[in-house]
Amino acid sequence: MGGYGDVQLLRDDGLRLDGRKLDEMRPVSIEAGILPAADGSAMVTHGLNVAVAAVYGPMEAHPRKIQRQDRAVIDVRYNMAPFSTGDRIRPGYNRRSREISKVTAEALESVVLVERFPRSKIRVEIEILAAEAGTRCAGITAAAVALADAGIPMRDLIVGVASGKVEDIVVLDLDKAEDNYGQADLPVGILPNTGEIAFLQMDGDLSPDEYNLAMEYNFKAAAEIHEIMVDALKRRYEGGEK
Amino acid sequence: MSNGQNGAELRLVTPGMAIGPSAGIRVGSGALAQNDTIIATRLGWVKEFNNTVSVDPINSAYMPRSGDLIVATVAEVRNNLWFMNINGPFQGLLPMSLAPWKVEFGAARQHMGIGDVVLARVQEVDECHNVVLTMKGVGLRRLTQGSLHSVPINHLDRLRGEGNATLQRLRDACDCRIIVGENGKVWVDGDAEGTAWARQAFDLVRNSGHKDTFEADLTALEKNTPKNGDA
Repeated sequence: MGGYGDVQLLRDDGLRLDGRKLDEMRPVSIEAGILPAADGSAMVTHGLNVAVAAVYGPMEAHPRKIQRQDRAVIDVRYNMAPFSTGDRIRPGYNRRSREISKVTAEALESVVLVERFPRSKIRVEIEILAAEAGTRCAGITAAAVALADAGIPMRDLIVGVASGKVEDIVVLDLDKAEDNYGQADLPVGILPNTGEIAFLQMDGDLSPDEYNLAMEYNFKAAAEIHEIMVDALKRRYEGGEK
Repeated sequence: MSNGQNGAELRLVTPGMAIGPSAGIRVGSGALAQNDTIIATRLGWVKEFNNTVSVDPINSAYMPRSGDLIVATVAEVRNNLWFMNINGPFQGLLPMSLAPWKVEFGAARQHMGIGDVVLARVQEVDECHNVVLTMKGVGLRRLTQGSLHSVPINHLDRLRGEGNATLQRLRDACDCRIIVGENGKVWVDGDAEGTAWARQAFDLVRNSGHKDTFEADLTALEKNTPKNGDA
């Protein structure tokens, strides 16, 4: 079976433990503009994950040594709340959150038109209030909606999705058990309008065929989430015809 | 592409969304041409005017232009200049030579400290986005009393109205002096009741400024002015 121990992750009828099909996503809902103090904000509920993103700026970049003369810097801070999981997480920055902050910033820099705001900084705060595998993807999706809500110019909305492998079978959108005991995890950041990939990480091993199937699942899910993102932004400003 | 009146199209687009083919059409602000297609780069309303397609953003940062009248806050003080928060991506610089007082070198703090608010004008914005402010000019001064509020940049037109008509209505309704900066900062000077009412009006602009119900909502709010005794 692979993974750790003999944990059964697929039912005898071929469905997953939570009753989903192999290519079925957990339910996703998005709300834009939830924080009045932020320039832009969003909350993404993806299964049991709850991610809140707030965007501030563009603003003067401090300390000045982080300024770039030709573009803005995107300062991302990803943080999991101590109460976000069953076992309390020690508050504050750690290696994992530092890594996710870095890859998220690099993914967002590829879509934001940073050259429009030289020497400035765009601050993105991502707070995970509840975690159940896939928080970095939920965080990226929330950050993209919050950036659009803040009026930051972007080439596209970036969507975070993940596929993986459990019991030698490729599945879309791993839940906690599948993430912990599965064989591979493939989170990607997709630009749905152009089909470009803004970030990609892989944990575990996938054969080329498995990789292609996982990416097919990811692109399909990204298109669905993108519709929800657009709907959330439109809902916030519905009735807004001048 | 356009179906609206007066060249305006009422279509809400999100970043990355295709607006239409780019052939023979000029690309304005909030949009860019990519692979023969015009795509939106901002969340906002599509506008087509004079064969130019642009997106009127729902939210945007203040980008200073020379000549703008702004309400700025002192962010840093040096011996011979002040760095001002102009509510934009870049700080403004107010040198002592452009202050309304005779300032000796090293005495800048005696005139203005961190947090002080001024009515200033943007003197110059260079290609590196260095912003120089001036307080030399009629009416430009330090604002010593009253309170500071914020309104989204893209709703300033709604706040002012045609020929400042809406702004004058607000002034009359709350009996306060109101100064609207191009940077979205609004200064209100008046009694507590009038200021509280003005604050409600700014909240209305912030929350409903993009809606077609704004005028009706503002008229309803005007019935509860301090003058009517219901505020």
